[in-house]
Amino acid sequence: MIEMTYGQAIDAALADAMARDDRVLTWGEDVQLIHRDLLARFGPGRVRDTPISEAAFVYAGVGAAMGGLRPVVEVMLVDFLTVAWSAVVNAAAKFTDFSGCGWSVPLVIRARCGGWYADGGQHEQVLWGQLAATPGVAVVCPSTPADAAGLMRTAIEADQTVVYLEHKLLSEQFLDYLGGASRATVDFGHLVPLDGARGPVPENLEQIPLGQSTLRRPGSDVGLISVGVGVHRCLQAASQLAAEGISAAVLDLRSIHPLDTDAISEIADHTRRLVVVDEDYTRGGLTGEIAATLLAAGRAPAYRRVTVETTIPFAPALEYETLPNTQRIIAAVRDLL
Amino acid sequence: MRSLVSFDPVEALRLVVRIRLAERVLTQAWADGRVPGEYHSGIGEEGIYVGVLAHLDDQDAVAVDHRSTGPLVARGVDLTALLVEVMGGQSGLNAGWAGHMHLMDRQRRVAADGIVGSSAPLAVGQAVAAQQLRPGAVAVALFGEGALNAGVVLEAMNLAVVWRLPVLFVCKDNRWSITTRTAAMTGGDPRARVTAMGVPVLTVRGERVERVHRAAGRLVRRARAGKGPGMLYATCHRPGGHFEGDPLLRILRDPRGQAGELAPGLLGGVQAETGGTGRERVAGLSTLSGRLAAAGLDRVLRSGRDPVRYARRLVPADVAARVRADEQARVAEAAAAAARSLSGLRVGGGEAGP
Repeated sequence: MIEMTYGQAIDAALADAMARDDRVLTWGEDVQLIHRDLLARFGPGRVRDTPISEAAFVYAGVGAAMGGLRPVVEVMLVDFLTVAWSAVVNAAAKFTDFSGCGWSVPLVIRARCGGWYADGGQHEQVLWGQLAATPGVAVVCPSTPADAAGLMRTAIEADQTVVYLEHKLLSEQFLDYLGGASRATVDFGHLVPLDGARGPVPENLEQIPLGQSTLRRPGSDVGLISVGVGVHRCLQAASQLAAEGISAAVLDLRSIHPLDTDAISEIADHTRRLVVVDEDYTRGGLTGEIAATLLAAGRAPAYRRVTVETTIPFAPALEYETLPNTQRIIAAVRDLL
Repeated sequence: MRSLVSFDPVEALRLVVRIRLAERVLTQAWADGRVPGEYHSGIGEEGIYVGVLAHLDDQDAVAVDHRSTGPLVARGVDLTALLVEVMGGQSGLNAGWAGHMHLMDRQRRVAADGIVGSSAPLAVGQAVAAQQLRPGAVAVALFGEGALNAGVVLEAMNLAVVWRLPVLFVCKDNRWSITTRTAAMTGGDPRARVTAMGVPVLTVRGERVERVHRAAGRLVRRARAGKGPGMLYATCHRPGGHFEGDPLLRILRDPRGQAGELAPGLLGGVQAETGGTGRERVAGLSTLSGRLAAAGLDRVLRSGRDPVRYARRLVPADVAARVRADEQARVAEAAAAAARSLSGLRVGGGEAGP
């Protein structure tokens, strides 16, 4: 095991893949500076800066993947991926099906997501529900450095398009870059989940299969299901609830699509009460999908969801209230018991 | 470096004729209700496909737009499989998942995307793959002049310049963006946008297949040598309209019949109690009639620009006749084979009614 930050773990997995396989390369805005260590190791042909042209450079990723490469196309923030929506929804997601002959699109779209650092409603979304809605793309969001590295390996080696969402609150570099954490006067310490931002990463990195969740904490009274930073908020809620004698299990989905439906049914059977904690919007997303999955599987646990119900406001106090914070999770659990 | 491909007029005629005959099979099948959904034919563009693609080998890639039959035929895709796919069979080129707007063949590195403009960035991506994995190979993007108003095309060209990619952008100018005159929707000469980015542009008449071949050859050679992208701007005529059943062409072909259908709505608009001023209403009507007049003029003035007729003149008459007979037999055989595998298929699918 090596101790790494979340961002280091992702780049280490990417560097491993680039060293093993000449077909792996990366491009995006500012990547030569952001991933300067990769630039120094692999050169500007495989670490390419792009113009601010998401529509073209994400779509080009589809073409490059069809041409035999394994591109990791970086979109600085997932909010900007909306500019390239056609590349995801009309191309990456569809071409393997259209081909009818297994012309795969082994593309990784690496995009940063999420809030908690006051960047306003256009720079803090996660959008994973909308991304997962189109058949043909996998969507993952790791919550620890070890998962970040393992899922990056999986994403690069998968013979399909994977949207790899990297949560900014867990990424030291991006909190510094966008949240201005380099100022001695600003401290995100009370918001950043330490176990997510830094942790041990296996030296021999193994794939984490798409659609495989992991149980972060066992419990019997209520099941908390989440992904990304939400997992850490759930863990914090669970330890506070434990002090009151309430036993909460925490399931980290890791993949938004494919969804680990077996594990979801299992935790529902075990606890009979579920709270789904989603940093995405309420409608058309993960929380409804999980509810539908359970209903279709003949499960009807008591159910609450903690989601983002409005535009994410800028002012930190309003932002905190809007995002699925620990108090909101605890309130939802109490509401169920 | 690959050697230059010299122009072979007999081979060019053969392919131009083959594409036209395949298009005739499909446009007829569409009229007969045997092609489900839309169909965008490439009739009028054959000289461009053949002149450009003659330069490519199996290491090169082609990104195609919604007029995909011709480029795939020129690329050597199995004709029967293509026909079956477009006619809605499940044993076709793409197992029934694609239809004519998404035809693709991995072996031949050719794929269509029905979203206008997307062929440009797809070719850019293929060109990155060429640069990394197949040095000397090129990627070609086919799109219409209407796509030069799509931001993603200009973004893709800029990316191709700054990454010095081996891309040939092929813009087929038929003067129409769907059923709107492109000139009315375009500020300035769109070629100037492209040259301003440092992409050399060569303009040719698209029906003149040997001129297309020569100009494309210069840009392909440049791209293979690592000197970056170029654009071939080939003008052409679109006698079949945007797609089969094009409403403008329906009016031109049957003005009286169509007038009966259109007049009540137009009259209702003109006579409505509320709405624009009299002048605005007149301007509305004259906008429509101007568009019809432009389509009618195109039909008259540009119908002489036929790539098949042109290519026929490049070879002796007896050779042309033999090529035509060969290709008729070939396409008829493919169409018959396609019909056999499609027998019993109904447009719309589902269970047979009572």
